[in-house]
Amino acid sequence: MAGHQTYEEQKALVFRGLMILGVVTIVEVIIALFAKGHIVPSIKFTEGFGHYLYMLLMIGFSLFKAYFIIFYFMHMAYEVRSLVLSVLLPTALLIWAIIAFFQEGSSWGARREQIQEKNEEVVNPAPAGKPQGYILPGTMKG
Amino acid sequence: MAETSVSHAHETHGHGEGPELWEGGREPMKASYGKLMMWYFLVSDAFTFAGFLIAYGALRFSMPTWPEPDFVFASFPFVKAHWPLVFVTFMTFVLIFSSVTMVRAVQEGHRENQRGVVFWMFLTILGGATFLGSQAYEWTTLIVKENMTVQQNPFGRHIADGVYLNDDGTEAKKPDGTPDTFHKGQSYLLHMHPVTQEDGSTKDEFIQRKLKYTTGAYAGQTGIQELGPKAFGALFFFITGFHGFHVFSGVVFLTIIMINAMSGLYAARRNGYEMVEKIGLYWHFVDLVWVFVFLVFYLL
Repeated sequence: MAGHQTYEEQKALVFRGLMILGVVTIVEVIIALFAKGHIVPSIKFTEGFGHYLYMLLMIGFSLFKAYFIIFYFMHMAYEVRSLVLSVLLPTALLIWAIIAFFQEGSSWGARREQIQEKNEEVVNPAPAGKPQGYILPGTMKG
Repeated sequence: MAETSVSHAHETHGHGEGPELWEGGREPMKASYGKLMMWYFLVSDAFTFAGFLIAYGALRFSMPTWPEPDFVFASFPFVKAHWPLVFVTFMTFVLIFSSVTMVRAVQEGHRENQRGVVFWMFLTILGGATFLGSQAYEWTTLIVKENMTVQQNPFGRHIADGVYLNDDGTEAKKPDGTPDTFHKGQSYLLHMHPVTQEDGSTKDEFIQRKLKYTTGAYAGQTGIQELGPKAFGALFFFITGFHGFHVFSGVVFLTIIMINAMSGLYAARRNGYEMVEKIGLYWHFVDLVWVFVFLVFYLL
């Protein structure tokens, strides 16, 4: 590991890493507070397109931080290609897990709403005189 | 390992590169066994955490409302103010700093500098302990002051605009005489209050105000302030608890390895303090997971 850089370069990388992760985190928090209306109360990105943009931005920043930690702090950038691929490729499965389970979650939510609506629905009472309840086949007369 | 090579000489390995490839003579992927296995352990651990965080997302999507993180996580030690996200940002910085000191410890290890390794590992342990203390504060606030448990979540949000009602069903007014209204998505925290039971004893119960919705599909309906989705409490304590337990075990292992380094054990091995490098991988992973816990619980 030590062969690829001088000691001074290594120490510089550590300082740069601290700066990068610190600045990205502060930017994230400031954007989060801004988007939720804590800095300018009249401006909010809590619904619709603005919210999607905000979420994408936050996910992007987090993925960048993850990349930096894995490749420079955990030295993945200096490992051989087969090791890098054997560690990183399996995580691609998570893309499908995210799609599948979030789809599952929203469909579950839709069912909840449907049940709520059905519970509140007013059912018309059955007309008087007609038999009510379950009728066995062949027992009802003409 | 010449003897073993001889004893297995009858086996064919198919690569024509000599038996030592399969006998520990050469390292596959140019990384030692211990380092490789640490990487693959971390891969499996990453899937565990990913499973938890995806479960959080799926449950969140299935609920009509979900607590707002900047409302829930807004307390700060010794300050009575509402400071959204400030304390968790501090916790994030504690972990970033301890990751940086860990990198320094690994670098000093490569230079076989025992004093440097011990010094930077000690700072890393301090960082880990500070993080655990911060988490203890956060949990204590939520459990003791705000009554959130794995089965109960007092952080709710209104599903539509409306107005609060008095006990007799009339619309409540604020002290200045204007109607006491709320809007869709507004957060509230339910407080507990001792209530006298039928048998004369008192029991702490949540105070849930009566209310009437005025807009949307719920217009005209009356109800009470409901407790927030239960799953939020369970997910919060399980996921941050699982991460916190990783930090705790990291601190334990860092301490053991620091003591070993002090004793000169790794200096004698002359392998550039590889053990420090391995626990370093684990420690950075704990920081890496926090990046995503921070994203999912506090930012989104």
